[in-house]
Amino acid sequence: MSTPSQLSTNADLRILQRNMAAALMQPLTRHDGLQSRTQVDFITPNDRLSGFQRLEIYARQYWFRLLDCLYDDYPALRVLLGEMRFHKLCRDYLAAHPSTSWTLRNLGSQLSAFITEPKARDVARVEWAQTLAFDEPQKKTLHIDDLLGADPSALRLGLQPCVIALRIDHAVDHFITAMKKTDADVRSGASQAMSQAPTRAAIIKAPRLKKEVLHLVIHRHENTLYFKRLTREAFLMLTALRDGLTLADAVELALAEADPTTDWPVQIRDWFAEWSQLGWFCKPSPQP
Amino acid sequence: MPANAFNGHTDLGIGLRVPHYRHILEKKPVCGWFEIISENFMVDGGRPLEVLDSILEQYRVVQHGVSMYFGNADPLNRDHVKKLKRLVKRTNTPWLSDHLCWGSVDGRCSHDLLPMPYTMSVAKHTAQKIKQASDFLEVPICVENVSSYAEFTQNEMTEWEFLNEVVEHADCGILLDVNNIYVSSENHRFDPFEYLRAMPHHRVGQIHIAGHQRFEHVILDTHDHPVPDPVWDLYAEAIRLSGNTATLLEWDDRIPSFDEVHAEALKANRYLHEHA
Repeated sequence: MSTPSQLSTNADLRILQRNMAAALMQPLTRHDGLQSRTQVDFITPNDRLSGFQRLEIYARQYWFRLLDCLYDDYPALRVLLGEMRFHKLCRDYLAAHPSTSWTLRNLGSQLSAFITEPKARDVARVEWAQTLAFDEPQKKTLHIDDLLGADPSALRLGLQPCVIALRIDHAVDHFITAMKKTDADVRSGASQAMSQAPTRAAIIKAPRLKKEVLHLVIHRHENTLYFKRLTREAFLMLTALRDGLTLADAVELALAEADPTTDWPVQIRDWFAEWSQLGWFCKPSPQP
Repeated sequence: MPANAFNGHTDLGIGLRVPHYRHILEKKPVCGWFEIISENFMVDGGRPLEVLDSILEQYRVVQHGVSMYFGNADPLNRDHVKKLKRLVKRTNTPWLSDHLCWGSVDGRCSHDLLPMPYTMSVAKHTAQKIKQASDFLEVPICVENVSSYAEFTQNEMTEWEFLNEVVEHADCGILLDVNNIYVSSENHRFDPFEYLRAMPHHRVGQIHIAGHQRFEHVILDTHDHPVPDPVWDLYAEAIRLSGNTATLLEWDDRIPSFDEVHAEALKANRYLHEHA
């Protein structure tokens, strides 16, 4: 829709903003420029820059800022894919999934679903889980003593939002640990201009990412992020509880195909003692 | 709104940034106050809030936002302002600032501070949203003039006339960024001192100072350098016109040590003593 020459109503303002946003959010050219066909008739030229060049400054800022955010949030994926493939992935992803959240923290929320290659998808899933584990809430913790005497057929437990359980097909935890990734910083959210595309230190040689079925928990403990591998049975029990099953149903589901020679009551007691000590349990959310 | 009525805050502050956390928490340097980027702490848990609570035990904190987007055609984002209110209660910020800009439309976010078209209808629409936000948040709001690199063909007035219209209709304060005035004056060829003289000086509740980068045809507001002399000159005039005002140094990229940033901020004292 063409931009109104006068802005008399909020509807006029919306058209102007839609047209400008469409110009900024379309993919840049190979040389980080604005697409030549872009409508710029709503921008005044000055004695040094055309309207096109002035709008291009904002288009570059848009793309550089968002790419910078993905570079910050997915360092392991960048190492796995290499600079060029990672950069192309980010550009394709942002073109398909522009930010719909007021916070850049959520920018990568759809990235793992966007990726089709299994190794890369697993790495993206774990790095997104790290984002969640970093600042999701830690609700009031339930301790093992709180559960004593409860009826297993009626007892439901919640899993802390900052505890993320994933089944993946690659040893991403070892891959990331080998990269010596640090997780302690918050993202900068200041308002300064982005004058250039994101640059980083040269990519280190990628560690080997082994194929291995993993039941992995990414969790926060005393504000530090950790990986914890679980057995298949423990993972099934934990996720069943997270998904709202009663303790009795979770046990049944977890042990449906389990080795009958194992002393499961002892195992389960040990799991609960450890998970409770780590503060993973909270009151369940109300059933819908 | 009388000059500097923002609860007696008239001293120098520094933007709280990640590379300085350890130094601040361990050394506890003397600093009038810290400005936080609200969005960095509008989370539900984890280290950001732990750091914030530790800072709040020692220092006064003023909130500065980057995503309220008063100039959006869209209404205020309810989820955003609710989270912001929770943070306001946590920090007890004496006022809250955000930018006079727009940044998203139809739910798609640019995460940038995009320039406003300067028309009366847009000024009134923007002022109404500032009022709504202030009423909901129950805290005074200062709006900050942004740096800009483009102007709209639809403009009916100057930037400073637009700012005047907005703050008068909204009855709010101004966070006067003198670096942004300088950057825009160079990009759009206007007299920055005329801008300063035209301000409703009694509404200036806070001043930002910062550095920028000059390119061949444009100056960008990069916050990655010390404050240059022309910006100090504008600061001196702003203090002369508005009186002793809470002043904050922004340094957001290529951030040097805390001591270096602090020393740069303290240079403002010279102007405060000479001109206030």
